[in-house]
Amino acid sequence: MAAILSIKDLQKTYEGGFQALKGVNLDIEEGEILALLGPNGAGKTTLISTICGITTPSSGSVTVGGHDILEDFRAARSLIGLVPQEINLEPFETVWNSVRFSRGLFGKPRNDALIEEILRKLSLWDKRKSQIKELSGGMKRRVLIAKALSHDPRILFLDEPTAGVDVELRKDMWDVVAELKRDGVTIILTTHYIEEAEAIADRVGVITSGEILLVQEKEQLMRQLGQKQLEVQLVETLSEVPDPLRTYGVSLREDGRALIYTYDTNAERTGITALLNEVAAAGLTLADVQTRQSSLEDIFVGLVSGDNT
Amino acid sequence: MNWTAIAAIYRFEMARFFRTLMQSFLSPVLSTSLYFVVFGAAIGSRIDQVEGVAYGAFIVPGLIMLSVMTQAISNASFGIYFPKFIGTIYELLSAPVNFLEIVLGYVGAAATKALFIGVVILITASLFVDLTIAHPFAMMLFLVLTCVSFALLGFIIGVWAKNFEQLQLVPLLIVTPLVFLGGSFYSISMLPTIWQKITLFNPVVYLISGFRWSFFGTSDVPVGFSLLAIGGFTLLCLGAIWWIFKTGWRIRA
Ligand SMILES: Nc1ncnc2c1ncn2[C@@H]1O[C@H](COP(=O)(O)OP(=O)(O)O)[C@@H](O)[C@H]1O
Ligand SMILES: [Mg+2]
Repeated sequence: MAAILSIKDLQKTYEGGFQALKGVNLDIEEGEILALLGPNGAGKTTLISTICGITTPSSGSVTVGGHDILEDFRAARSLIGLVPQEINLEPFETVWNSVRFSRGLFGKPRNDALIEEILRKLSLWDKRKSQIKELSGGMKRRVLIAKALSHDPRILFLDEPTAGVDVELRKDMWDVVAELKRDGVTIILTTHYIEEAEAIADRVGVITSGEILLVQEKEQLMRQLGQKQLEVQLVETLSEVPDPLRTYGVSLREDGRALIYTYDTNAERTGITALLNEVAAAGLTLADVQTRQSSLEDIFVGLVSGDNT
Repeated sequence: MNWTAIAAIYRFEMARFFRTLMQSFLSPVLSTSLYFVVFGAAIGSRIDQVEGVAYGAFIVPGLIMLSVMTQAISNASFGIYFPKFIGTIYELLSAPVNFLEIVLGYVGAAATKALFIGVVILITASLFVDLTIAHPFAMMLFLVLTCVSFALLGFIIGVWAKNFEQLQLVPLLIVTPLVFLGGSFYSISMLPTIWQKITLFNPVVYLISGFRWSFFGTSDVPVGFSLLAIGGFTLLCLGAIWWIFKTGWRIRA
């Protein structure tokens, strides 16, 4: 599949001299859902803002549907819908007028039927005549989504769409995303909840300190996240892994007094029982047993020190 | 040109105006009436005539200009400052529109509001004094050009302003004095010679003079100068706005 969004060596240094993006490379395929996962301040919003034209890139290039975001900004931006992280709405305007305005701003002819459909889908139809200041936080966020959808974007950016949103609405939002995907819309969402990425993404990109550390199929990443380490501490001190245990992919701790076994908690069989039997059969004596879950942090640390994946 | 986008911005901005229509309408009517009571009746009864025109009528063009200029500036500056303040500017910046389209939408709406108020004042004034307009087309031309050029200036102020104080500052400290000293309520021929010279550095003098000429056929400075001044001012503002969008100054991080 062709990349609908292609980011090449994108750098952004803010006026104060702070470098928020340190050479981002990323290709996003048409129709996929990519979750950008990263802690606060990682540069997620900066990345989205730069693609959408809200901040200017310092260097590098971005094409959207083959159109350069600077040279051919009209064609590029026409394809994009943006749901910003902050709830930025004109408080005194009605829901209907706000959404209609967005469609017009993108140069699309008036289409009340479409706007009605969007408002109904987002459960905003009853509120269409309300002023935005009268709406709850969750409703306002849905208005932002309605505005972004009003001009039929091919790519939708959702910047932390479910931050501070209750569970019910989060589920609704995920449904909307799934439906958009069925319509072939490419979706890029940022989040710092791993569960969110897990629930809806096809691929997950991990970003910290302005750098994309990895982009992986979700399944693969989840497998890594699902990995646990078993440390079997021994009374004996070994110089190498005993032969029968090698087939398990066991490694020896540096001091030679423990065996380390990595296994997948999602797998049907973890292989722990068999391993422990082999340890006993090899005539080794257990001193203690410990397990450790590999967390997102572990993956971050692993990626930064460059010895993972 | 993305005309649909221009229309969308224009309509959205005008909606704000219509939400407060009564206020937009009543306040110029009220303040104009007050001016006539104070200037027309109290002072006018002593001054009688200026350049062969009854004082009450003489101040009408200046009154209209005063309101139109301040309204154009405040509407346009607020119009673009408000989205910056509440964050909705993200949508403008990420839309497939260029600077000219954004300016046409915002400045067009601000100029329309100012024009509306100018016309309301003109009608109110005509209830108080006898008014004949010597050159109606020129009058409309001056009025529209003033609305547009001061809305452009207001747009720049709105982009420049970092807070509400700054938003008020330029109109208050610069524009209002220039307008009052620009011959709104007197002919500059009434000033001492030295002040007549200094006054010519005030751009507003040319606008009011030209506008007054369109009413009464007499002017402080040649009408051609007035047109040149307002044309030059408009171009200057457009240039500044072009630069703002090119560099993203105070709009794009
Ligand atoms: N306008 C700005 N000027 C200077 N620094 C900024 C600006 N916007 C964001 N930053 C900095 O850039 C970094 C990345 O911010 P952001 O992209 O908002 O991160 P995220 O969305 O991942 O939380 C942060 O350290 C933030 O302080
Ligand atoms: Mg963010």
